[in-house]
Amino acid sequence: MESVVHNHWSPLLGRLWWDAIPQEPIVWATFAAVALGGIALVAALTYFKVWGYLWKEWFTSVDHKKIGIMYMVLGLIMFVRGFADAVMMRLQQAWAFNGSEGYLNAHHFDQVFTAHGVIMIFFAAMPFVTGFMNYVVPLQIGARDVSFPFLNNFSFWMTASGAVLVMLSLFIGEFGQTGWLAYPPLSGIAYSPWVGVDYWIWALQIAGVGTLLSGVNLISTIVKMRAPGMDLMKMPIFTWTALCTNILIVAAFPVLTAVLCMLTADRYLDFNFFTNDFGGSAMMYVNLIWIWGHPEVYILILPCFGIFSEVTSTFCGKRLFGYTSMVYATMVITILSYIVWLHHFFTMGSGASVNSFFGITTMVISIPTGAKLFNWLFTMYRGRIRFELPMMWTIAFMLTFTVGGMTGVLLAVPPADFVLHNSLFLIAHFHNVIIGGVVFGTFAGINFWWPKAFGFKLHEGWGKLSFWCWAIGFWFAFMPLYVLGLMGVTRRMRVFDDPNLQIWFLIAAFGAALIAVGIGAFIVQVGYSIWKRKELAVDGDPWGGRTLEWSTTSPPPAYNFAFTPVVHEIDAWDDMKRCGAPRPTGNFQAIHMPKNTEAGIILGGLATAFGFAMIWHIWWLAGLTFAGMIGYAIFHTFNYNRDYFIPADEVTATEAAALGQLAPAGA
Amino acid sequence: MSAANHHAAHDHDHDGHGESHGSLRDYVIGFILSVVLTAIPFWLVMSGAIADKQATALVIMAFAVVQIVVHMIYFLHMNTKSENGWTVMALIFTIILVVIALSGSLWVMYHLNHNMMPMTSHDMGQLP
Repeated sequence: MESVVHNHWSPLLGRLWWDAIPQEPIVWATFAAVALGGIALVAALTYFKVWGYLWKEWFTSVDHKKIGIMYMVLGLIMFVRGFADAVMMRLQQAWAFNGSEGYLNAHHFDQVFTAHGVIMIFFAAMPFVTGFMNYVVPLQIGARDVSFPFLNNFSFWMTASGAVLVMLSLFIGEFGQTGWLAYPPLSGIAYSPWVGVDYWIWALQIAGVGTLLSGVNLISTIVKMRAPGMDLMKMPIFTWTALCTNILIVAAFPVLTAVLCMLTADRYLDFNFFTNDFGGSAMMYVNLIWIWGHPEVYILILPCFGIFSEVTSTFCGKRLFGYTSMVYATMVITILSYIVWLHHFFTMGSGASVNSFFGITTMVISIPTGAKLFNWLFTMYRGRIRFELPMMWTIAFMLTFTVGGMTGVLLAVPPADFVLHNSLFLIAHFHNVIIGGVVFGTFAGINFWWPKAFGFKLHEGWGKLSFWCWAIGFWFAFMPLYVLGLMGVTRRMRVFDDPNLQIWFLIAAFGAALIAVGIGAFIVQVGYSIWKRKELAVDGDPWGGRTLEWSTTSPPPAYNFAFTPVVHEIDAWDDMKRCGAPRPTGNFQAIHMPKNTEAGIILGGLATAFGFAMIWHIWWLAGLTFAGMIGYAIFHTFNYNRDYFIPADEVTATEAAALGQLAPAGA
Repeated sequence: MSAANHHAAHDHDHDGHGESHGSLRDYVIGFILSVVLTAIPFWLVMSGAIADKQATALVIMAFAVVQIVVHMIYFLHMNTKSENGWTVMALIFTIILVVIALSGSLWVMYHLNHNMMPMTSHDMGQLP
């Protein structure tokens, strides 16, 4: 694509014109497939008459459990998209040797690696962790919902709105070609004149609103809505990590919002925050975005540490070793994650004093992380380990993540970083920790809590196939990248001159293929389990769980707990089972519940239209949709019809029907 | 807000909060203080009462900090007892992070500026 100039603008459509359709056969084929699939899906949904069901039971729901599941679905869809980008890169890099240009031109390849990073972090990993926190936290603390149920629904739709914008960029216009953090001056208007970076900005701004608000929501839920008796040091460890993660979100995301605002001002209003002229400093952008960016990686990994903690103690049948040290390690990581950001740009020229400080803080952060690893190991030591799927993912995590952590400490040495920065060694390192930590954590969590969410287990055979393909595929896909990085191959390369490198890229491509089989097997696992759900059905406590979410039915009733549980110990449900705490069988009260509302999805839709209008400079539509969002939000505050009561009879009936399914506490 | 709506809007149990909702007097005091604290910096700049520009900037920043405190006390009703001390804890945490981000950025950017911007060979020899 030889630098096509897009300078069309009209009052009605802004920059939108026929030239917005990408001139790429690959994109056309994708579009055809997506369009056909979409039409088939819409037709099927219409044929089976599930639109009303989806709208009433899911899209407008303020139930934290349903919103959590919707986050997971969003994350999985975007994960598959991001993985498709990864496969395209692997194919291109294995192909483009010996004078071959591969099959992707530079304009397309640059969009692919940018989209891969953005999607995997913001629209796959973030929805996964938010989904888990949404689903699990209220159940673990014995609450009926989050503090602000409507806000929760709104947050989800803002996140989905950002995801829609990223997906739109594939077919209308282009995505950024700047790498996932869009460093200026490349992302400035001078070097990225068209819509790619604008798609990036607005997708992140809109999704960021959702992330920030769900952070506020979950903090207040954990602080204010814990069951009586559950003081902070009796909180389940997953809830602890969720608390620290959301504190990180609330403290870090405003920095991203601000830096995006400044980049927006540079691009739209001729400001010069980050330009090369007029006193702008592109280095300030890099500094600011990593003040957000480093806490962000801990936002992703901390909840996964929580998942692994719950899984380890459950499947070893004993209390987590070193609960208190685990809590303190989590808190120390929360604080330390704010004073390491410079290690992302050691080579920018801060000099020895600054680099030494940030190198040392980076190495220090491996101490609490190492403490956590030993805690898990000591939990397993002399435990009665059951090698069920969640435990298998956890062990794979420990092996993989430790290697990734060690290469991280290596990169934390500034002189080593001068050699390795921007190389495939770095790529291998962060995939080693993100896949080993976040992705394996997600699969551990899905296998662990799926029975709670749906009332049946995931099929073990397909799950094992998925696990082994992932666990082995990961090493094939990324170990060659360490080697290549040590040989000096830089990241984001499209074609290669040295034919000796090709074998390593072929091995990496084979690893990606194995991972593809793993993802396929996971999809089959889900489908097959749904098909065989009768045979896989479980009661409320299929794993011998230890925390309160296992004390209710699978799936839990809308109100979670008929009576708020009272907590005396860490691992409250395990304590109840051992003490034989009786389950209440009568005297149920009517339960006060929040009503569903369509306000979240409407605001999310308006936000999508607003973002689209801003990207394409359709000013009238931007003004209209912005006014619409504000106006509708105010209008919604006048809706006083937002709660209802589940009658006591209905609660009694639900609880009676559940009795057979619930493990009697005293058994 | 009418009584019926009040019930609908606040359905969570209100036990053990101890949060204060400010009185009209508090809001008026806060408003007047804010206006005064905003007007003085404007006057300082417009009249040029302090000759040194850097000193003016520092004084304005000091006024901004006082303004923040006024807002927190009179508009956000923060005190050491509200929300069982969570508010103060959140404030301390925020201050720590803001100090880290600001002082860290200044330190980093100072060094970057010093090392990377003067690009003569003589300057290059003087790197810390």
